[in-house]
Amino acid sequence: MDISISKKVEQLAPSGIREFFDLVLNMKDVISLGVGEPDFVSPWHIREKAIHSLEQGFTSYTSNKGMPELRKEITHFLKRRYGMGYDPMEEALITVGVSEGLDLAFRAIINPGDKVLIPEPAYVSYCPVVDLAGGKVVNVKTDPKDGFKLTAKQIDETSAKEGVRILMINYPANPTGASYTKSEIEDIAKIVKKRNLIVVSDEVYDELTYDFDHTPLASLRGMKDHVIYLNGFSKAYAMTGFRIGWACGPSKVISAMTKIHQYTMLCAPITGQVAAIEALRNSFHNVQEMKREYNRRRRYIVKALNDIGLECHMPQGAFYAFPSIRCTGMKSMDFAKDLLQKQKVALVPGTAFGKSCEGYVRISYASSYENLQEAIRRIEKYLKKSA
Amino acid sequence: MDEILEILAKDARITPEEIAKLTRKSVEAVKKGIKSHESDGTILGYKTVIDHDKVRDNSSYVQALIEVRLSPEKNLGFDHLAERIYSFPEVKSCYLLSGDYDLLVIIEGDNIQTVANFVALKLSPMENVRGTTTHFILKRYKEDGHILKKKQLGKRPSISY
Repeated sequence: MDISISKKVEQLAPSGIREFFDLVLNMKDVISLGVGEPDFVSPWHIREKAIHSLEQGFTSYTSNKGMPELRKEITHFLKRRYGMGYDPMEEALITVGVSEGLDLAFRAIINPGDKVLIPEPAYVSYCPVVDLAGGKVVNVKTDPKDGFKLTAKQIDETSAKEGVRILMINYPANPTGASYTKSEIEDIAKIVKKRNLIVVSDEVYDELTYDFDHTPLASLRGMKDHVIYLNGFSKAYAMTGFRIGWACGPSKVISAMTKIHQYTMLCAPITGQVAAIEALRNSFHNVQEMKREYNRRRRYIVKALNDIGLECHMPQGAFYAFPSIRCTGMKSMDFAKDLLQKQKVALVPGTAFGKSCEGYVRISYASSYENLQEAIRRIEKYLKKSA
Repeated sequence: MDEILEILAKDARITPEEIAKLTRKSVEAVKKGIKSHESDGTILGYKTVIDHDKVRDNSSYVQALIEVRLSPEKNLGFDHLAERIYSFPEVKSCYLLSGDYDLLVIIEGDNIQTVANFVALKLSPMENVRGTTTHFILKRYKEDGHILKKKQLGKRPSISY
């Protein structure tokens, strides 16, 4: 029998990029600048805590919303760090990474046809997740001249024109590293208020902000009721494999998200939750050290890319650079494939993050300094040969 | 810690030009910074961390930690005695400690005999040395931040979003 696939899933944007990923995975001796996760291993004290918890028999389910201890640790942290006030019992939910948080958030608030503004370049899952939840994506192309930042004006105009109900923002951003200063976030907040928007804000790279302090939108006066704040442990604590994230927001929204979560996920894995408690309690220095290291690589890679002729703006956060490859006259995907085959350097074509990202590639600098140097040498060689 | 020091502490071989790229300082400023750290003694030296068990020649290497109990000298305390001890070239490191004994002396030599001789002939007979306890190092697990047994770390997929 032929099992037919749901129309919705069949129509879901096919990932042309999958084929390219397979190409990378089957090739040996590749220097990869295509990785979306830290190159650090989770700090030992976190891993040790996780091992200990297994030895002690912490192998059960937890409460649907996540261990109360972890929720308290998170809300205390948010209070301390950003002055945000969330009730750990009613306004916080532990998710399986920010990925699940996104899915829950959109499913909890979207009615069929609701319009969701998503700036482009966009992390790969935003549009499909909105699509699956029955929403209608309204992409807004950000301008490289604005450092790939969505402007308050763009939000205002698009909301008026398209009747947008929900705004998705992500900062520091994957794939551009763009982030917003406090005053830029305040400008966005004004429009959110004016247009009465609901905002889903993915701030998983918040700790990796280099040139100024991160300001969560939800920390601004009057914004708490508008924002579903998503964050997690993957990036700052190098804990991608633990799969732990969280969502904070108005209790009504959190309880709706919990309803979906309890039927589809039940709870986040307990080992990861125990590790996350430890991460929040005792990792200040680890986080700062990793951040300093990323910052050095950022300075190096952005200058090196510009020096070899690939124009690249200075990203303000995360661990990505997003250079233009237009000088080669090639399409992003062709460039990525050709570079991989000829010089064995892997990066992600910009088009993975939206049609408007043609002519760009994403370079992850979550890779050792030696690797970055070697990759730059190879890309330079490639550019000279193809010129 | 100064960023130049932080980078050099991890890799002493990195050049001023490379440090300049990582810090966005000028090469001149980096060179000047290093020079000033060297001249004021913040940077004591540059060396290689070696796993002596892997050195494949006929030399051998032993290292011992010696606890030394002293009777401090009037008006001079421990510093003068310590100087007499750490001036021996066999002494690699020497620390004054709190606790049951006074000095911890780390010494290295070609074989157990050299170390034994140092203790028996040079250290113990010194005036003011009340006693010593020698601990030979049997196995090294971690040296100066480097884990000696190479573990296979989990590998990231080479491409992901």
